Amino acid sequence: MNQRPFLRSFTAPAALCALGFVAAMAAVLQYSLRAYVPGSLDPGGFTLANFADLLKPLYARVFLDTVGICALTAIATLLVGYPLAYALVRIAHPLLKSALLVVVVTPLFLGEVVRTYAWIIVLGNNGFINSLLRGLGLIDQPIQLMFTTFGVVVALVHVTLPVLVIMLAAALSHIDRDYQRAAESLGAGPIRVFLTVTLPLSMPGVIAGVTTAFAWTFSAFATPQLIGGGRVNMISNLVYQLGFASFNFPFAAALCVAGLALTITVLAILRQAAKPFENIGAH
Amino acid sequence: MTPRSTYQRMLGWGGRCVVSLILAFLLLPAIVVTIAAFNDKAILSFPPQAWSWRWFARALDYPDFREGFHNGLIVTAWASTIALMVGAMFAFVIDRYSFPLKRAIEGVLVSPLVIPHFTVGLGFLILAAQIGWSRGFAVVIACHVILVLPFVLRSVYVSLRNLDQSFEQAAASLGATPLRVLLTVTLPLLLPGLVSGWLFAAILSFNEFTASLFVTSQRTQTLPVAMYNYVREFADPSMAALSVMYIVATAALIAFANAFLGLGKVLNIEQSE
Repeated sequence: MNQRPFLRSFTAPAALCALGFVAAMAAVLQYSLRAYVPGSLDPGGFTLANFADLLKPLYARVFLDTVGICALTAIATLLVGYPLAYALVRIAHPLLKSALLVVVVTPLFLGEVVRTYAWIIVLGNNGFINSLLRGLGLIDQPIQLMFTTFGVVVALVHVTLPVLVIMLAAALSHIDRDYQRAAESLGAGPIRVFLTVTLPLSMPGVIAGVTTAFAWTFSAFATPQLIGGGRVNMISNLVYQLGFASFNFPFAAALCVAGLALTITVLAILRQAAKPFENIGAH
Repeated sequence: MTPRSTYQRMLGWGGRCVVSLILAFLLLPAIVVTIAAFNDKAILSFPPQAWSWRWFARALDYPDFREGFHNGLIVTAWASTIALMVGAMFAFVIDRYSFPLKRAIEGVLVSPLVIPHFTVGLGFLILAAQIGWSRGFAVVIACHVILVLPFVLRSVYVSLRNLDQSFEQAAASLGATPLRVLLTVTLPLLLPGLVSGWLFAAILSFNEFTASLFVTSQRTQTLPVAMYNYVREFADPSMAALSVMYIVATAALIAFANAFLGLGKVLNIEQSE
């Protein structure tokens, strides 16, 4: 009798999907090494020129801006997300907990366009915040929030918050409460318990959440496009412009490859940073 | 428990204030967009001078939105169903067996979680051009399957981990064939995980934007792509009205998923004692 029923037939479709995805990524890599032929959709011969072009100040600047925005967003998401994750795990009342969970999770599934549009209405010159401040007589001229890095980061934090909160809540919920009780019984105050017990034990979740926030921000397109309005550019915006405005797919592909290399480097660094915390609290 | 000191109580209230402020930040866009949707004027102003439902009627009538909705349903139905079948089968073999290339296939299939969507979209666009596929629904669906598969895999895998295998062993010892065990024992026990996996996949696929922008054409554009094009061209509150419908529908689906499937369990955030 077959000791491992369904092994082949259940693996085949997944293997096929994996193969298709690898082929798509290989296509990007291949295009990044081809020459751009202006006016033609077909690429020319093999070249490294696309990667040399990445070093031009114009593109290097976008890379730096992108990394800066991603880092800023990831840190801001962590600061805002930690208290929320903590509350989500600690609230005992089931109805309150469910309501909180729905509020936290819903933005995750709303999609970038709806969320970005909503933030345009909040941040615009005739938007909610400026109207409110003018109505209260606090300002005469609208504060410029649209087309600024600040506006883009605020909207991006809203995007990354749910996923960080979920990952952090998962880590917090698996911390053995006995550690905290032990610290309390030895006379540590709540802040000391948090700083010396809870925070270190939740570090794997912190790093997983920050990593994902960083990667998701890197992937954002509609938010920098619509709220940045051309004045705040990320790699995603450049890739789209190159592809669909100038049909320079080889260079767009090179940007994707470089972006991916950057993401992988950052993820590797963060994973390395997580190492010291891996065995804390293990039984 | 020792009696709580004033200091501890203050800390508790401070924490509640901070959490309330964060919740306000999360809810602010939804609230503001709702107010904007009922504004009678075509130009944004707060607070609105007059109220009306007319932007809802316009959003429901706008041809690009209708077509985008229709296209989105086609793509979502196919993509989430294919992803569910592929993902559930693969989660099963990951959970039960070890075999060569297991980690490699799994690694490739969860990698879209960290690969930017514009890169995935560009990849499928180039691949479709290279193998001579026209930019029809097939390439959009293939792209969406890859993007939602990690979520299905995780959801089904978590349910499989929590499944008590002694039921299957009992059925097998009574002479049921592996197929019969799978269909009459494993599948029913997995149903909540399968439903939540399918639901997440469907919601994510329906809302996917960046990769869709690359792989859709005028004929296959999904609702988020149609909305993006609208926001770039027009400023009237039709988009706000559509957003409100979107937010209400999504929140209702999530609340439904939470009530019937236990979101806390699916997301693995139940407090362990």
